[in-house]
Amino acid sequence: MTKSSVDQLVEAGTEYHAGFVTDVESETLPPGLDESVVKYISARKGEPEWLTQWRLQAYAQWQQMREPKWAHVHYPPIDFQSISYYSAPKSQVDGPRSLEEVDPELLRTYEKLGIPLHEQAALAGVVPDPAAVGTPAGANVAVDVVFDSVSIATTFKETLAEAGVIFCPISEAVHSHPALVQKYLGSVIPQRDNYYAALNSAVFSDGSFVYIPKGVRCPMELSTYFRINERNTGQFERTLIIADEGSHVSYLEGCTAPMRDENQLHAAVVELVALGDAEIKYSTVQNWYPGDENGKGGIYNFVTKRGVCAGPRAKISWTQVETGSAITWKYPSVVLRGDDSVGEFYSVALTNNRQQADTGTKMIHMGKNTKSTIVSKGISAGGSENCYRGLVRISPTAQNARNFTQCDSLLIGDQCGAHTFPYIENKNNSATIEHEASTSKVSDDQLFACQQRGIETEQAVSMIVNGFCKEVFRELPMEFAVEAGKLLEVSLEGAVG
Amino acid sequence: MSLLNVSDLHASVITDDQTQPILKGLNLTVEAGEVHAIMGPNGSGKSTLANVVSGRPGYQVDNGAATLEGSPLLELEPYERAQLGVFLAFQYPVEIPGVSNMEFLKASIDSLARARGEEQPNTAQFMRQVRELASSLDLDPAFLKRGVNEGFSGGEKKRNEIMQLLLLDPKLAVLDETDSGLDIDALKVVAEGVNRYRSASNGVVLITHYQRLLDYIVPDFVHVLSNGQIIESGDKSLALELEAKGYAWLT
Repeated sequence: MTKSSVDQLVEAGTEYHAGFVTDVESETLPPGLDESVVKYISARKGEPEWLTQWRLQAYAQWQQMREPKWAHVHYPPIDFQSISYYSAPKSQVDGPRSLEEVDPELLRTYEKLGIPLHEQAALAGVVPDPAAVGTPAGANVAVDVVFDSVSIATTFKETLAEAGVIFCPISEAVHSHPALVQKYLGSVIPQRDNYYAALNSAVFSDGSFVYIPKGVRCPMELSTYFRINERNTGQFERTLIIADEGSHVSYLEGCTAPMRDENQLHAAVVELVALGDAEIKYSTVQNWYPGDENGKGGIYNFVTKRGVCAGPRAKISWTQVETGSAITWKYPSVVLRGDDSVGEFYSVALTNNRQQADTGTKMIHMGKNTKSTIVSKGISAGGSENCYRGLVRISPTAQNARNFTQCDSLLIGDQCGAHTFPYIENKNNSATIEHEASTSKVSDDQLFACQQRGIETEQAVSMIVNGFCKEVFRELPMEFAVEAGKLLEVSLEGAVG
Repeated sequence: MSLLNVSDLHASVITDDQTQPILKGLNLTVEAGEVHAIMGPNGSGKSTLANVVSGRPGYQVDNGAATLEGSPLLELEPYERAQLGVFLAFQYPVEIPGVSNMEFLKASIDSLARARGEEQPNTAQFMRQVRELASSLDLDPAFLKRGVNEGFSGGEKKRNEIMQLLLLDPKLAVLDETDSGLDIDALKVVAEGVNRYRSASNGVVLITHYQRLLDYIVPDFVHVLSNGQIIESGDKSLALELEAKGYAWLT
């Protein structure tokens, strides 16, 4: 029997298991944001002048912008001056390092979370099955870990380098691959795209950078693991993935945070670029601290994720399982610029207690014969609010574009809400657009049918919910599909009295 | 000790704003090895009996007791009663989309094994056993991969219930109008399944509207339920008499 990290989460019982705090000495900026903070971050990382200017430009634009108010979420105003915009464990201050130099306290943190950094172990403690020995290296997963504001370690670097794949902290890529970074940074999500993207562009700390060369199939899953540790810090990571022509990459992202009474801001930006015939599969299992059952604390997850299918027959697929955060505000999108390109969005968003989620996608069809698929499964329990918001836009140039959208909501109990806001803008009459939506409840009859066969209540709920999510889970890489199922189970605990 | 003992059972159905008494002092004793048929007009409380014994939500026990091999049932959670050996074959089996039949059956058999402190069955053997059972009940084994009852016809749903009965092999089987809506061929398959299940160590409560099922599953006792009480008990000839005369002569 293999063991996954979420199995370990499950064993710990009902509480948010990732909620511990790691006691490492940190170098943390005092709260507040002005030009000098932006300059400090840039200087701290020894960035070239163009990037410092780029950040300052973003900061200037951010100051002109206002927080978006259209999402179906409610929270008190955020005091952006009370947040610290940079925090790094002290032992990491002196620049690049090998795994051996990583603070053992940090390594233990990741061990606790089930994220092994040692190269002999694959992701999440899943020890490669002896039977799988001899199969391609795809059985392994390379991990980049971002702790508060900095990237701690990237595993499997050498194996990846042999294939020509670049996988490193973006702060490192700025120095080692400046041309790529300068060309693509902000090319999908411009600095002033939206309020939080502008903020991120000004103060982003670290994140992952991936480049897959022409025609290369990345030999293993790539994964980034994000963790917020310090009090009063925001996390503003920035991920940039470029899949050159004909290449292929599958990328996983996981997130956790300690339990804190105050809300913490996470405003990340993820940009994907798929050139002609390239494919990027981006999967997220998001388990930020959701706050307690009365809605105290938790992460504000205000994230901008977008990919562009820049060339013909490119494909970008987003799969997300969102169970954490007090508030989720997130719309992983695909711009289908290349002819015959494909965009996919598979989502499970589960809210419990006082959580709020406003999530969905945008599929922007520009090229001919472009195709998009949206499958969204929203599960609301407790007193939570869960909202799907999606845009399908067919531009005049998108001859024969097709979209299929399926959007299902499942309610558990009668104190929660589910909402669907689909927007369709069609400017080309050759388009085919299908939209299906449903709302259902976990019925007493279904629960009783399971219980009558000896299945205990919580297992029954989790089985029914997992069944509801099946179409999305089968899009996840296998180890993650199992984890996602378990994660739902943990998140649903106490949802049925 | 009796397999099932129901004594002076009073129970109400809970509707939105009130409770309505349905069972009004019902007594029933089932010994191991016996099949009891419960007949009676609509609204007499037949399904309520099945639901109260198995613990379905929406009912309230006002008085009385029910025990399985001496263990009190009515305070237990539905899954605890199932784990003790109470099985209800549903009148209207429910669909559970996305949960495959095989997955559902495995979860069920594992839970029951766990409750008994036994080892969970080997998955490969278990799957083989289920496939064989399905074929023996004229159920296409491909159905096992589909969602529980998802897109099944009425007859298929009922045969699925019987398959679960044979697989889980409970101590007490309560069949709630399992014959309703079945054509004669499906009825025979269902009856054969129940006869296969019958043994000296278990008991059957067969709730039915029609005597025709009793041509295929021969009961040891027939009871007539009316207005929440058993008003007449007899052997299988009582069912024939009811078929000929209706219920009116009893009430």
